[in-house]
Amino acid sequence: MKFYLVRFLCPFLVLRAHKEGKPQKLLEMNGHTPVPHAYDYDLIVIGGGSGGLAAAKEAARYEKKVMVLDFVTPTPLGNSWGLGGTCVNVGCIPKKLMHQAALLGQALQDSRKYGWQFTEEVKHNWMTMTESVQNYIGSLNWGYRVALREKNVTYENAYGEFVGPHTVKATNKRGVEKLYTAERFLIATGERPRYLDIPGDKEYCISSDDLFSLPYCPGKTLVVGASYVALECAGFLAGLGLDVTVMVRSILLRGFDQDIANKIGEYMEEHGINFIREFVPIKVEQIEEGTPGRLRVTAKSTKGNQIIEGEYNTVLLAIGRDACTRKIGLDKVGVKINEKTGKIPVNDEEQTNVPYIYAVGDILQDKLELTPVAIQAGRLLVQRLYGGATSKCDYVNVPTTVFTPLEYGACGYSEEAAVEKFGEENIEVYHSNFWPLEWTVPSRDNNKCYAKIICNIQDNERVIGFHVLGPNAGEVTQGFAAAIKCGITKEQLDNTIGIHPVCAEVSSAIQILCFSSSII
Amino acid sequence: MAALWRRRLLGVSGLCRTVRALSGKNEYDLLIIGGGSGGLACAKEAAQFGRQVAVLDYVEPSPQGTKWGLGGTCVNVGCIPKKLMHQAALLGSALKDAQHYGWNIAQPVHHTWSVMAQAVQNYVKSLNWGHRVQLQDKKVKYFNMKGSFSDLHTVRGLTKAGKETIVTAENIVIATGGRPKYPMHIAGALEYGITSDDLFWLKESPGKTLVVGASYVSLECAGFLTGIGLDTTVMMRSIPLRGFDQQMASLVTEHMESYGTKFLKRCFPTKVEKLESNRLKVTWKNTDLGTEETDSFDTVMWAVGRAPDTETLNLEAVGVKTNSETGKIIVDASEATSVPHIYAVGDITEGRPELTPTAIAAGKLLAQRLFGQSSELMDYDNVPTTVFTPLEYGCVGLSEEAAVQCYGSDNIEVYHAYYKPLEFTVAERDATQCYVKMVCLREREQRILGLHFIGPNAGEVIQGFALGIKCGATYPQLMKTVGIHPTCAEEITKLHITKRSGLDATVTGC
Repeated sequence: MKFYLVRFLCPFLVLRAHKEGKPQKLLEMNGHTPVPHAYDYDLIVIGGGSGGLAAAKEAARYEKKVMVLDFVTPTPLGNSWGLGGTCVNVGCIPKKLMHQAALLGQALQDSRKYGWQFTEEVKHNWMTMTESVQNYIGSLNWGYRVALREKNVTYENAYGEFVGPHTVKATNKRGVEKLYTAERFLIATGERPRYLDIPGDKEYCISSDDLFSLPYCPGKTLVVGASYVALECAGFLAGLGLDVTVMVRSILLRGFDQDIANKIGEYMEEHGINFIREFVPIKVEQIEEGTPGRLRVTAKSTKGNQIIEGEYNTVLLAIGRDACTRKIGLDKVGVKINEKTGKIPVNDEEQTNVPYIYAVGDILQDKLELTPVAIQAGRLLVQRLYGGATSKCDYVNVPTTVFTPLEYGACGYSEEAAVEKFGEENIEVYHSNFWPLEWTVPSRDNNKCYAKIICNIQDNERVIGFHVLGPNAGEVTQGFAAAIKCGITKEQLDNTIGIHPVCAEVSSAIQILCFSSSII
Repeated sequence: MAALWRRRLLGVSGLCRTVRALSGKNEYDLLIIGGGSGGLACAKEAAQFGRQVAVLDYVEPSPQGTKWGLGGTCVNVGCIPKKLMHQAALLGSALKDAQHYGWNIAQPVHHTWSVMAQAVQNYVKSLNWGHRVQLQDKKVKYFNMKGSFSDLHTVRGLTKAGKETIVTAENIVIATGGRPKYPMHIAGALEYGITSDDLFWLKESPGKTLVVGASYVSLECAGFLTGIGLDTTVMMRSIPLRGFDQQMASLVTEHMESYGTKFLKRCFPTKVEKLESNRLKVTWKNTDLGTEETDSFDTVMWAVGRAPDTETLNLEAVGVKTNSETGKIIVDASEATSVPHIYAVGDITEGRPELTPTAIAAGKLLAQRLFGQSSELMDYDNVPTTVFTPLEYGCVGLSEEAAVQCYGSDNIEVYHAYYKPLEFTVAERDATQCYVKMVCLREREQRILGLHFIGPNAGEVIQGFALGIKCGATYPQLMKTVGIHPTCAEEITKLHITKRSGLDATVTGC
């Protein structure tokens, strides 16, 4: 095969990059039979986040000709970032690092009780932290680009949208458009924070897309929302010493175990975070410009007509995220989305209703919005497409952790979901409070940490839910998730010997230490 | 009242028992000698079955005169104070990290031993008190007495003041644990050296310290002493962490070296002398160079192993067999000694892991078998453990060496990876030794034989995986487990490079 078909949709465009001979030569050198159609690529991935990049790199391993289109639409305040998607730039990574900064603030207080002496006054410098975090992110962005290059994946910093069958248009920052064709496509465009659609929201409010690179300390902050993003951000901002208020419409951490969600709220409240419950903002006005400026927020009760006002330096919206699926030409190729949520339904092989178009990550309907899930889904998809593998991504018993000041790790069913699925009489809940050894010396937060295990009585007391609230919950939960994957039962749990003295020990000792309680 | 019971003669125990049973003569259903983790757990469990239970506990002061309360090694001179002092050292690194994370901490930063020690000791004392209250609540009789056997069902308790009490019981559990060994052949060792029995109770900083030995006790203590800013040297004759995976052991010591702990390898001490300055002059032999070297220290701590505390028990009187080499008590799978109604749990037993949670579990299960109609035996396989060195090392199952020995190197597959904890990046900390290794069978199912993890919070990381391995986890099952991002533990679910492949095991990116 000597020529790729060159399509000119826009006659002024000279298509070069994708025509260069290298990938083609490679294909020939490796003696592969060329793709039956004259497509530019075997696979074009739209969206260079966790899922998209994992899939692209995996496909390159099978010596497929792969392109990644990634483009970050700036936030209303004009922020944008590099390759890698939400997790790396405005999600897990900066969030966990800022959470760590807040934990270190707690460590400073603890350390005095452990014999360390230093000046009384310790202030936090937002810029020092943010620059370090952003430098690290910059190195990751760079790392991704290098990784793509090394694997001969073509990367374009351009906005991809479908314009016809097997064809996407890529528009770069300067508005230059190119067309590319591929045999298959993977949509992995992820989500972006939702705005309130009230006066002043886009002008004056920030979202998590802005927070982690904010070039000034946010000061007194109102966090709107009760999602994990809201609580995590509120948690670390307070931990850095800021005056933080969380405005909650209804419940905390919807979808998570509510017993635990409320404990998280209580802990945050006890640690100085204000909660305004059952209110929603209706207007945000600027009182004074500045870095930070001053904003007036007007909010209305969800239960009546009560109106309240408050003054903040920063208003952070964390009320949810919307899938980036409405402006990528899905209608042009007939990919169905859920009109209400914008999410894409896929079958158990991540295939959309259009057979040659697949989707992974946060844009999937009824799937989990987690980086490792997107990575796994992307990798396994490619292995099935090109490697003859049959393994499908397993969305069951996926562990997750909320990095609130007191971390919350979970795997499997929440208590509510377990009751609903199996019936109250068929589940047994074992639970216990615990006090991490390290907290005894500074004598803080006794009986705030908590672990809960939900078992299915009908199935040999198999563990169907694991919940732990305490330090290093992520580290603790990971192994338990592996055990749940192996089908662990309560009996086996009881027979596992603890490691002394660690927090994870509590779970295996739950029954021994404490009480078994019928729920509710 | 107990003193009224007459001592019985050896050899007629069968008869005596009948007589006692008929006359209700046996004072207790269960007597436990040793109020440590295993003993207390067994006592409390037995009491739950409504039995008459007594515990004898007595702490023989260390050669330096240190003594402590109820609870045994773990609570007083082991896990608890060790982990708290380890935490003090970790907080020292946190203070350094914090500056990278934007916290302005004016230098200098000092550590004051007495503040830490006081806090740790106060906490330990609260635990001692808690144990006493628990025994009381559960109606377990507690004697602060040293116990020794008079005959098969009779133990003589001796108070500090020398007052004697005779206690009789149907069943007796020996749970006296172990104590640090002194190298008695080294001049000045006993006179001038301390052990871990003393370290945690020191009122003043040990200053420049030499820790002799390469056990986990040695490395943990040297690690936290270095971490709180003390000039610390470890002297080891041969390999570190014998019995642990040796690749992991080397990484642990390598990390300690790079963080300032000095190591005198292949050296052994020959004498300790006290200088006029009150410092200790230690002379040692360097076996590499064949030379004799000396240096002076403020403190010399022996961490050369632990010996079972059986000497004063008068075991010969009842015929409880011990291993002549180790001095430990020989027990069967039901923790029974050579004398059927005498049992032993914990560090005193031969061939068992010396770990608090195993002693607790063994003690509890024993009580359940004795009084609760249970037949469940303690499973000593796949017991996880963690070494709390500055960079923690957690493991469960077989070491790579042991796996090779058991199955042959052709039949095992070792997956491994070096990784960088996210928190280390901003803190600009070196992660050269952060490493995870999984040893699996090579056959199709690839059952996991051992898991080894070096990094922060290793104990927390390994616990859950231990559970999985207990359930017979296989490599594919672990690979199907979705990671939690961003954590260190997720690295375990991403292991894909085999040692056999020879590929670079350095983890890059997400």
